[in-house]
Amino acid sequence: MTPWLDTLMVLVIFTSLKLLGSSRLGSCIRTAAFQGVLLGFLPIVAHPGSLAPRLLFMAAAAIGLKGVVFPWLLFRALRGARVRREVEPFVGYTSSLLVGLLALIAALWAARHLRVPGRPISPLLVPVALSTMLVGLFLIISRKKALSQVLGYLVFENGIYAFGVGVAYEAPLLVELGVLLDVFVAVFVMGIAIFHIRREFDSIDTTRLETLRY
Amino acid sequence: MILALLLVPVVAAVLAFLPGAAPLRRGLLVLAAAIHAGLSLATWAAPASPQWHGMLALDAAGRLVLTVTSALFFFVALYVAGYLGREVKDERPDFEEGFLFTNAPEAVFVACLLLFLASMTLVSVSQHFGMTWVGIEATTLVSAPLIYFHRHHRSLEATWKYLMICSVGIGLALLGNFFLAIAATRPLGSTTPLLLQTLVAEAGSLQTDWLRSAFILLLVGYGTKMGLAPLHTWLPDAHSESPSAVSALLSGALLNCAFLGILRGVQVCQAAGLGDFARSLLVVFGLLSMGVAAVFLTAQTDYKRMLAYSSVEHMGILTLGIGIGGGGTFGAMFHMVNHSITKAMLFLLAGNILNAYGTKSVDEVQGIVRRLPASGCLWVTGLFAITGTPPFSLFLSEFLIARAAIEAGRLALAAAFLVLLAWIFAAMSRSMLRMAQGSPPARVAAAPAEPFLAVAPPAALAVAALALGLIVPGPLLSLLRQAAAALGGP
Repeated sequence: MTPWLDTLMVLVIFTSLKLLGSSRLGSCIRTAAFQGVLLGFLPIVAHPGSLAPRLLFMAAAAIGLKGVVFPWLLFRALRGARVRREVEPFVGYTSSLLVGLLALIAALWAARHLRVPGRPISPLLVPVALSTMLVGLFLIISRKKALSQVLGYLVFENGIYAFGVGVAYEAPLLVELGVLLDVFVAVFVMGIAIFHIRREFDSIDTTRLETLRY
Repeated sequence: MILALLLVPVVAAVLAFLPGAAPLRRGLLVLAAAIHAGLSLATWAAPASPQWHGMLALDAAGRLVLTVTSALFFFVALYVAGYLGREVKDERPDFEEGFLFTNAPEAVFVACLLLFLASMTLVSVSQHFGMTWVGIEATTLVSAPLIYFHRHHRSLEATWKYLMICSVGIGLALLGNFFLAIAATRPLGSTTPLLLQTLVAEAGSLQTDWLRSAFILLLVGYGTKMGLAPLHTWLPDAHSESPSAVSALLSGALLNCAFLGILRGVQVCQAAGLGDFARSLLVVFGLLSMGVAAVFLTAQTDYKRMLAYSSVEHMGILTLGIGIGGGGTFGAMFHMVNHSITKAMLFLLAGNILNAYGTKSVDEVQGIVRRLPASGCLWVTGLFAITGTPPFSLFLSEFLIARAAIEAGRLALAAAFLVLLAWIFAAMSRSMLRMAQGSPPARVAAAPAEPFLAVAPPAALAVAALALGLIVPGPLLSLLRQAAAALGGP
């Protein structure tokens, strides 16, 4: 257990809570990017002493994508949309924060029952990864703006990434690059979709998408 | 061989972006589809050698999915070549609400179609769980622009739902892969590579509680993509709002790829002695999907949505067949082939009807047989084929699944299966026969004859559905047996 890793994990929890309690879309994009960068350092911090070039390369790729490319794409999608805030989400900010805390408690409880075999890891890693996933899913269903839903997807993906990197997963480089590429294209395509939603409805409110039923 | 299968559509997709005459680009699409289909057929004659340390290889199930995908894509490419020629280039009014809309650029559409083929090929040749995930997620991303070909608010809504629901679902499958990696941790801390063959070979040493959770996550994740109820909500929207040729590919080829992802999980569970656990989950999802489809098929007013819910039904039958096990496994593999052929044909015909009548409403379409003789006859043929009437091939596979349920002594399950099939037959034939009969409304009475490229592909698929119902060729039979044997079938 390293103090660095635990500090990193606590910071990730703070970013999740900030995302839950903040209404400004711009600051949400920055917070999600910061969370991505924090988790980008995870492979280096979680496996100290083994600074393999492959590990460094993956960390650099993740940090570059989540810290630079994604915020740039999302700010570009936001440009032209007159909204700057998430107005009247389905669940208010105070309640959202409470949900975030509940998610953390549930994750801590679940992690006690998940005994990860093999190498010992920080006791915070699994609960933080699980709670990040839950917060991401909650953001997707509780927010109305298309951009907030993409941010929720990113947070969800961050949680899965943390779990994968932290808990002894050694995939071939090809597969890891493929996963990163897929996430990149996902955000890219969602960004384009947001652009079209704004043009079509003059708003990026997904409550306008309600024609198709049954 | 495998690399060529992947590279041909990718290279063609890049070429599609080059400036050039539209007919040239359509020719490129058909040419790439033909080469791909030829290469897929060649894998039947000479086994393709594994690539990248065995990460890419063709097993029986993969070859089956690859062949179905490649063959369907070829027929759809022919249909698309004709369809793009008939599409109006400029702004035109929407037939349901009357607002003006345009199409996405044709180059983007053709390139995405080809990339869609490449990603589905990747899924079918992948032997590595991570690579399969990469392929299935890629199919979502490259098919989203296809659904949004007609740029209006309904298709945009369908695209957004498709992107969000499938991305989150497939995210869960990625978590399932990580769980699988933990399950595969060796006592000393090193991890077994997530190759299908290795996992099956070392299945005895897998940690079963992690494997169990991994399978649930894979089933929910890929099940979202496959359209299993209650995770199917994106499917009717995407299938009804995309161009009919794209619907044919989504339903006939894409759903199989997601199914293949689940089958890989079943294969590992089976080897690790968790076969019964996996199968009981599949039975629940299968019956639920059939039930939900039956409810929504009753009084469905939109015929493309009707076909989409019928896909939910057939995906339910596939999972149910695997879930019953025994002869049902073979039945499910055969059913996958039959459903793809028949459903692709029906979606292509739905495109012809939509083109002539300008409406997706069941009530406003009448007299297809008179107005579009070829499409109309095929539409009625398709109705009997999709509802599993003899002598069509879906009858055979549904019969095999029902028989397997009875042989396993699960009479209640068999009864529920047959009742749901009868219910769906009644619901679909009521709508589809009413559309075929009667006299066409006056506004669609006079129009040019049906173009060859709009009728020939569905006609060829109809012949295939009938032929497979009469005789199953030897090579296909042995391939189906191999695929079923890998899943623990007889």
